[in-house]
Amino acid sequence: MKYAYYPGCSLESGSAAYDVSVRAVMQCLGAQLDELDDWNCCGATEYFTQHELVALSVIARNLALVDKQYDQLVAPCAACFLNLKKTDKLMADDPKLKAHVNEALGAGGLSYKPGTVRVRHLLDVLYTDIGENKLRQMTKRPLAGLRIAPYYGCQVVRPLNGFDNTEYPMKMDELFTWLGAEVVDYPVKAHCCGGHMTQISEPQAFELIRRLLQSAQDYKADVIVCICPMCQLNLDAYQSRVNSEFDKSFNLPVLFLTQLVGIALGLDWKKVGIGKEIVSAEPVLRQRLLSGAGA
Amino acid sequence: MAEKVGVYVCHCGSNIAGKVNVEEVAKWAGENLQDVAVSRDYKFMCSSLGQKMIEDDIRGEGLTRVVVAACSPHLHEKTFRRACTNAGLNPYLLDMTNIREHCSWVHRDMDSATLKAKSLVSAAVSRVKFQEPLEPTYVDVNPATLVIGGGIAGLQATLELADAGYHVYLVERSPSIGGHMAQFDKTFPTLDCSACILTPKMSEAGQHENVTLLTYSEIESVKGSVGNFEVKVRKKARRVDYDACTGCGICIEKCPRKVVDTEFEAGLGFRKAIYTPFPQAVPRVPVIDADSCIWFQRQKCRACEKLCPTDAIKFDQEDETLTLNVGNIILATGWKPFECRDIPQYGYGRLANVYTSLEFERLCNAAGPTNGKIVLRDGKTEPQSVAIIHCVGSRDVRHNEYCSGICCMASLKFGHLVLEKTKANVYSFYIDMRTNQKGYEEFYQRLLEEGMHFVRGKVSEITDAARMPNEQGKLIIQCEDTLMGRQRRIPVDMVVLMGALEPQSDAKEMGLKCGISCSMQGFFTERHPKLDPVATMTDGIFVAGACQGPKDIPASVAQGAAAAARVQGMITKGKVMVEPVVAKINEEACSGCRICNNICPYNAIEYDAERGVSHIITALCKGCGTCVSACPASVISGAHFSDQQIDAEIEGVLWDVIRPKSAVVSAN
Ligand SMILES: Cc1cc2nc3c(=O)[nH]c(=O)nc-3n(C[C@H](O)[C@H](O)[C@H](O)COP(=O)(O)OP(=O)(O)OC[C@H]3O[C@@H](n4cnc5c(N)ncnc54)[C@H](O)[C@@H]3O)c2cc1C
Ligand code: SF4
Ligand code: SF4
Repeated sequence: MKYAYYPGCSLESGSAAYDVSVRAVMQCLGAQLDELDDWNCCGATEYFTQHELVALSVIARNLALVDKQYDQLVAPCAACFLNLKKTDKLMADDPKLKAHVNEALGAGGLSYKPGTVRVRHLLDVLYTDIGENKLRQMTKRPLAGLRIAPYYGCQVVRPLNGFDNTEYPMKMDELFTWLGAEVVDYPVKAHCCGGHMTQISEPQAFELIRRLLQSAQDYKADVIVCICPMCQLNLDAYQSRVNSEFDKSFNLPVLFLTQLVGIALGLDWKKVGIGKEIVSAEPVLRQRLLSGAGA
Repeated sequence: MAEKVGVYVCHCGSNIAGKVNVEEVAKWAGENLQDVAVSRDYKFMCSSLGQKMIEDDIRGEGLTRVVVAACSPHLHEKTFRRACTNAGLNPYLLDMTNIREHCSWVHRDMDSATLKAKSLVSAAVSRVKFQEPLEPTYVDVNPATLVIGGGIAGLQATLELADAGYHVYLVERSPSIGGHMAQFDKTFPTLDCSACILTPKMSEAGQHENVTLLTYSEIESVKGSVGNFEVKVRKKARRVDYDACTGCGICIEKCPRKVVDTEFEAGLGFRKAIYTPFPQAVPRVPVIDADSCIWFQRQKCRACEKLCPTDAIKFDQEDETLTLNVGNIILATGWKPFECRDIPQYGYGRLANVYTSLEFERLCNAAGPTNGKIVLRDGKTEPQSVAIIHCVGSRDVRHNEYCSGICCMASLKFGHLVLEKTKANVYSFYIDMRTNQKGYEEFYQRLLEEGMHFVRGKVSEITDAARMPNEQGKLIIQCEDTLMGRQRRIPVDMVVLMGALEPQSDAKEMGLKCGISCSMQGFFTERHPKLDPVATMTDGIFVAGACQGPKDIPASVAQGAAAAARVQGMITKGKVMVEPVVAKINEEACSGCRICNNICPYNAIEYDAERGVSHIITALCKGCGTCVSACPASVISGAHFSDQQIDAEIEGVLWDVIRPKSAVVSAN
């Protein structure tokens, strides 16, 4: 198994824990991830509001950079995944657009033929390509006793995701049951975290974050697991603000998918970035996973 | 002697003439095609005046062949064949070419469509000259009829035929007849009790001297054709002797094994390992479900056997296969409910107090698991508010695009029952209110007056994630109210999902057995959606009720009766024509390789071991031509589809390529 890897900007900075855990987990599972050479930012949601053609061209540059030896590009960030996938699809559906984008890419000596690179989200790769058997076999420290609330967010569930139910996703739920965890089937797992709303209007953003934390807590989750850096940031970094705004005392660690998969695979906690989160996960992990693995 | 061909090009109002220049086609054919003696166009060829035109020409002009360029032969070939017969011309000397479905309806450009129509007419004229007069044969119609499915549609058909004095075999797969209607409490719009109108019909069918009831039985295979079908039916082992059992029910009472009844009680109630689906079941003879019976699972118990006063329990009974000979078959296999779990955001199976419509029917039913009390899953709490969600799995491109037709009315019925039986508020979340049958709109008005709340908009989500204090512990319906133009959240205690009516999961298979097709959605296809709604493309096979498309009880009953009337017509006539379009083996040249024997889909080819040749049983052959193309020695020919005829047809289509250029120019 060999994939081109597109980490995305967040994984180079605030969400480094995601990046290190993705690399560690995939190596442990024997899947080769080769980072795309000279990749650029996908523009998140911002570029699209400015100029669609520019936004698409910026994204398409990454697709054009994928070397012929790879037919799949893996993105761990839900926003990057969506943007890459969307661009490929829009170019395939609209020959005029394809021509425009390629004109832009041509300035840098590049071009992209839609359909040549299959864009995958990391969750899909773990769920489908690695699969149940392998993950069960490789589990060294089952997550038994840990109540996990999988949080999908609103980007990975868009209609073209191609691997999970777009209204009520379940793939991460299933995956964690393979690893022995107690999965919390809570209702807001595909609701929006507010994205960049914190920068625009705090009251709105905090209310959206509160709903997610509240529901996870109502369902007695120990940790929330994210597959998007933005979601993780909002739920983790703003948790104390939400507590003071709404007079709450949420204390819910928010981790990335691969951090917990890594723990289950028996990787060293530090190696998968445990400790980088703001609401510390260690107490609950120690308590639930008993004999204090690694660390 | 040269043939004299008459060509008749139909306008079909503007259906054909709107896209094909029919006058030009007729004129062109008359001037350019060899052996055409007359060529005319006419507004409606199928009308009596059109037919008369053809008849007059056959007589007056001495036509020896006729070509009609009009609609599909499915629709009017019979009409024009009759016109030929009337005028003394063998009907198989007619060729009908389709310039409507195959031409005017599928093209935009008039010039191209006209050119194509010319090609089709040219093909027909070339072909028709090689057609041969054929004589149809007639066979007797077996007056017995098979009805498959014992829901209300099948019951109606059965009783109509039986009362008219004809024998009916009624085959039902479940242990009792009655269908879905047996599960209901009241029926819209009149609110009469479902059992009171259904059970008399069930017992009548059960006791009728002209009805052989075969419940707990499956159709294995259907062979033969109209007038004479041979049907194999597998009677599944009941493990109870049908004749010895008196239906006293003591076995059921004493059976220690109780299981959840996922069928009749829709998962809300229980039944025993030995059971009849409901007390009024017909027949009253129970069945033993081996998967739950203690004896079959652990070789213990046999309580039923010990207690049965007539020694009717037969643990070693096995499936039995019967062969039925019937003249006609009516399919009335009904519908199955949409799987509500396929819309996970509505929470069915996850949120306890979300119900399916069939569950709710059982909840309302006085004979149901709660004796008709509308209560939450805890079995005691009466809801203070109930939401009824329309179009679950209907009118939704992700599931079924069609409207299920009955669920708006069933929602109103539920609304009425909730208001009658509880103090709850009832909300209907609808997209459009579809109440367009007799008495239906009035029922809707009645519910408006009774105080049911109506919210127009599709529900996006049903959740237990409360945001406000008044939402705590409730199910919240999130939806866009398209009349207010606002998002709304309405907290309720109970939700009913009005799932779509879907075709049975084995409808395709059943259709294949009987030689009929299904629509894209999977409902059986009728011969004509307007003019022949209960017949099918296969003679002798009829459809009735919800297996043909979602419909209510009145429409199902009407179709059941209509299908019975059609069958009676066949029986009274006594004989059916068998098309002479059959294959023929030149036995002199047959090498006896037997390749054709197994590939005939109708098993119409027999091998004569003594003479070492294969031969065709004409009565079974449908003229499909499979053997014709398979024979390595090319010694099978298909009447009405000879090589010569097909070759001529192809040459005709290619008139503008084969002929010199000048002809093409003059043709345009
Ligand atoms: C919640 C709900 C409420 C409704 N309420 C009303 C109402 O109040 N009034 C109204 O007019 N309509 C109502 N309807 C519609 C009604 O259910 C249908 O009109 C009716 O059931 C159609 O009857 P049917 O005989 O065609 O099919 P069914 O009732 O489905 O009967 C089909 C029978 O065929 C049998 N069968 C299936 N496949 C085979 C096979 N291969 N071999 C042998 N047997 C087979 C089945 O076991 C069944 O007994 C309601 C529908 C729903 C969903
Ligand atoms: S033998 Fe089976 S059916 Fe008979 S009473 Fe026992 S469990 Fe019930
Ligand atoms: S009848 Fe009403 S509820 Fe049923 S599918 Fe049609 S519109 Fe929807």
